[in-house]
Amino acid sequence: MSKKDTKEPSRRDFIFLATGAFAAAGVASVAWPIVDQMNPDATALALSKIEVDISQIDRGQSITVKWRGKPVFIRRRTDEEIQMASRVDVNSLPDNNARNYNLTADSSASDENRALDDNKEWLVMVGVCTHLGCVPKGQSLGDAKGDYGGWYCPCHGSHYDTAGRIRKGPAAKNLDIPIAEFVNDNIIRIG
Amino acid sequence: MKNYAYIKLFMIIFSFLSFFMVTNDTYAAAGEQKRVEKHEWTFSGIFGHYDNAQLQRGFQVYKEVCSSCHSMNYVYFRNLAEEGGPGFTPEEVKVIASEYTVLDGPDDFGEMFEREGKPSDNFPPPYSNINEARASNGGAYPPDFSVLAKARSTERGFPWWFVDLFTGYQEQGVDYIYSLLNGYNEVPEDFKLQDGMHYNVYYPGNQFAMGQPLYDDSVEYADGTEATIEQMAEDVAAFMMWAAEPKLEIRKKMGFKVAIFLFVLAGLLYYSKKKIWSRIEH
Amino acid sequence: MSKESTYIPKNGFAKWFDQRLPLPRMLHDNISAFPTPRNLNYWYTFGGILTFCLVTQIVTGIVLAMHYTADAGLAFASVEHIMRNVNYGWLIRYIHAVGASMFFLAVYVHMFRGLYYGSYKAPREILWILGVVIYLLMVITAFMGYVLPWGQMSFWGATVITNLFSVIPVVGTTITEWLWGGFAVDNATLKRFFSLHYLMPFMIFGVVILHIWSLHVTGNNNPVGVSVKDKQDTVPFAPYYTVKDALSLVCFLILFAWFIFFNPNILGHTDNYIMADPLVTPAHIVPEWYLLPFYAILRAIPSKLGGVLVMGAAIAVLFIVPWLDTSKVRSATFRPLYKQFYWIFLLNCIALGYLGSQNPEGLFLVASRICTAYYFIHFLIVMPVLGLVEKPRPIPESITKAVLEKLEIKNSKEEAKA
Repeated sequence: MSKKDTKEPSRRDFIFLATGAFAAAGVASVAWPIVDQMNPDATALALSKIEVDISQIDRGQSITVKWRGKPVFIRRRTDEEIQMASRVDVNSLPDNNARNYNLTADSSASDENRALDDNKEWLVMVGVCTHLGCVPKGQSLGDAKGDYGGWYCPCHGSHYDTAGRIRKGPAAKNLDIPIAEFVNDNIIRIG
Repeated sequence: MKNYAYIKLFMIIFSFLSFFMVTNDTYAAAGEQKRVEKHEWTFSGIFGHYDNAQLQRGFQVYKEVCSSCHSMNYVYFRNLAEEGGPGFTPEEVKVIASEYTVLDGPDDFGEMFEREGKPSDNFPPPYSNINEARASNGGAYPPDFSVLAKARSTERGFPWWFVDLFTGYQEQGVDYIYSLLNGYNEVPEDFKLQDGMHYNVYYPGNQFAMGQPLYDDSVEYADGTEATIEQMAEDVAAFMMWAAEPKLEIRKKMGFKVAIFLFVLAGLLYYSKKKIWSRIEH
Repeated sequence: MSKESTYIPKNGFAKWFDQRLPLPRMLHDNISAFPTPRNLNYWYTFGGILTFCLVTQIVTGIVLAMHYTADAGLAFASVEHIMRNVNYGWLIRYIHAVGASMFFLAVYVHMFRGLYYGSYKAPREILWILGVVIYLLMVITAFMGYVLPWGQMSFWGATVITNLFSVIPVVGTTITEWLWGGFAVDNATLKRFFSLHYLMPFMIFGVVILHIWSLHVTGNNNPVGVSVKDKQDTVPFAPYYTVKDALSLVCFLILFAWFIFFNPNILGHTDNYIMADPLVTPAHIVPEWYLLPFYAILRAIPSKLGGVLVMGAAIAVLFIVPWLDTSKVRSATFRPLYKQFYWIFLLNCIALGYLGSQNPEGLFLVASRICTAYYFIHFLIVMPVLGLVEKPRPIPESITKAVLEKLEIKNSKEEAKA
C-alpha cells in the first residue's frame, strides 16, 4: 500500500528540517568539549594567580618569581632609583605608555604609573624583553644593568631604566606590568 | 515462529541460565568472605548527587584518622571548593591548605624545603615513598585514597553482574569499604590469626593488615553529628567516592540532558524514516 | 559489477573540480546513489555504526594523546590528570573506554549478521576476509590500548599475552624479549604499545576502505540471500539507508550514552584502578569482556603451546568460512536446520565468554573444553555437512517478489484481524 506523492512540500520538509537542525545542534555540542580540552586545564588555571611573600625583600633587592610560565621581576627600589626614574620627561621616552594592566590603556609612562604602591618602592614587571622575548639581566647583584641603571637585554642590546621603561635598543615597548595588588603589607597577589 | 520452536528456544535459554546459577552457587559457598550488602548512597542512581555535609564530615574523618597512613596524591586542595564537591568556600580551602606542610624546592641553594600548603597543591603524602610506607606498616602498603573507591568491588554473582549493567550500580567499591570498616568482629575461637594481622569478616581470607581504624567517637564532628562507627564509615566512604569521582554530579546531570536529546532525536529520525520509506513498498 | 556513474555536476565549480579529481563523483556514486537492496533490515545498519565507532575512537584517542604520558612512572598519573584537570577530560576518557566496548559489541553483531545471512558466500569471500582482518587489527589495537593506563590489569594482561610468544620453538624467548624491549613488560613495552596503538586505527581505516570498495563491487547481500536481478530490487542508498542508518545509530548512541554517563566503569575491571606493580599479581587476571571467549579457549587446552595454537586457530578458521559452508542457499531464513545450529553456536560463544571470566578449574574447565570443541565442530563439521544434507526451503525468485510476498502476508493478517 504505497502512499501517493502528495504535493505538500512544507509539511514533508518540516520533519527533515527539524531532524537536521536537532542533529546539527547535537554535533555542535559534541564538538565543544573536543575544542575546549585544548584550553588551559585546571592545574594551569590554579596557578594563574599567585601570591608572593615580599616581607624579606630589603630596599635595593630583587626577586624573580614564575607566573604563568614567565619570570616576574619584583624589585624594592632605593630612593636613588626612584629619583632617577621620576626625573625623566615622559615625552622623551621611546614608549610613553605605562603598559600597566592595573591602569587604563592610555596611561602615560610616568614613574607613578609604573610603581605598584604609593611610595613608589615596589616595581612588579614581567621579565620578558618586549623585543623578541629574552629574559633581561639586572636582577642579580653582579648583572649588567645597562646604561640607565635598570635592566639590560643581552640578546640584542635593549636598555631598560629603573622603572623598567625602554630607553635604548631595538625593543619598542616598556616591560609589561601585570595585574597585581597588595593583599596586605607582606603579600602581593599577581594575576 | 511455530509453537514448538518457541518451546525449544525457551528450553535452551533455561538450561543455559541454570548452568550459570549452579556454577555460581558452588563458587559463592567456597569463600569465607561475608557477603557485602548494598548500602544506600545519595550519589547512586540516575539522579545521584553528593551530600555536602556528608563529604565535609568524611573529609574530617580522612584528615583526623586516615591521612596519617593513607596518601591522596591526585586530589588537590582546590578540589574541595569545586562544584560537585564538599562545598567549602575558597577562603576555607586556603585555611585548610595552610594547615598542611608541603615539600617544595630546590631553592637557590639546591635544598628542598618545606612550606605552607596552597590551594593549588595536592594533598601531601604521609610517607616520602612506598618503601617507607611499607616499613612503617609491617610490610603492607596503605593504598592511596585517590581512586581507591573505584579500585575495590564485590562479587555479586549471576544474575546481578548482568542486571548491574543496566541499573547504573557503581557503588560496589564504597559498599565494600563501608562493610569493611564495620567488619572488625570478635575473632572466632577456632580461627588462627597470624601475627600482626587483624580479623575482618569482609576481607577475603579474613586476615587484614589494617587494624580497626574507627571506634565510636574517634572523631568529634564539627556539625555535631554523632560519630558512631557506622556514621564515620559511611561518611568517609562517601568522601572516598568523591575523591575517586569528583565529576560524578556533572556527569550524571549531563547524562540526563544527553538522554533526553537522544530520545527526541530518535523520535524525529523515526518519523523521518517512516516518511521517506513511505515512498516505496516495503 | 561496475556501473555507469550517474553523477551530474550541479555547477561550474563542481564540473571543473570533477574533471580534475573525480572525488565528488565517487562520493555520489558510492553514497548518494549506490543501488542498495530494498529489503535490508536493521541488522544491516551495523556497518555504518562501526564506521562511526572507528571515527569516535580516533578523535577521542588523538585528543587523549594530547594529555597522556606514555611512561611507566607517569602514565597512571597522566590518566588521572585527564580525568580531573583537563576540561571535559573525564568525558573524553570515558567515551574512549566505553567506546572500545561498544565497538566490539557492534562488530560482533555485524559478524553474526554475516554468518546468519551467508554474507561470506561467493562472490563476497574477499569482503569477508577483509572483515576478519579488520577484526584481528581491532583485537590487537584494543589489547595494546588497555595497557596504556598502566593499571594492574594493563600490566598483567600484557605480561600473560606477550609471554605466549615464548611457546614458539627455538626463537620464542628471543621474540618475546624483542617485543618487550627488555626482560619483562616495562617502560619500553609501554612506549612502543602507545606508538603502535596510535598507528593501528589508521591501518584499520585503510582496510575499511578496501572492505567498502569490495562491497561495492559485488553489491550488498540481503536478508533473503537472493542476488539483485534488476533495478526495482534496489533503492538509492540516500535517503533510504542514510536515514535508516542514522536512526539505528542514534538508538546505539542511547546505549553508548547510558554507559558513559551512568555506569562508565562497569565494563572494565576495578583492578585497573590500582597502579601496575610487577611484584604483586592480581587474584584473577582477566582481559576485557570482548576477548573473554578467546581467553577461555586459550586456558581450556592443558599445554601452553597447544593453547596458543588452538586460540590462533579459532581466529584462523574465520578466514576460511566461505569455503567451509557448502550450502547453495545463502540466507539462514531458508535453512531451517542451519538456523538452529546458528543459535546454538551463538549461545556457545556467549558461554565461552562467561567461562573466560572464571577460573579454569573443576566444572568451569570441563565446560570450557566442551565449548571450545563445539566452536570448532560448528565450523569444521556442521557447516560443511549441513550444506550437503539439509533440505532448504524454497527461496524467492527475486528481492522484489520476496518483499511483495511479505507485504501480502502482512496485509492478509491485518484483514483477518479486522
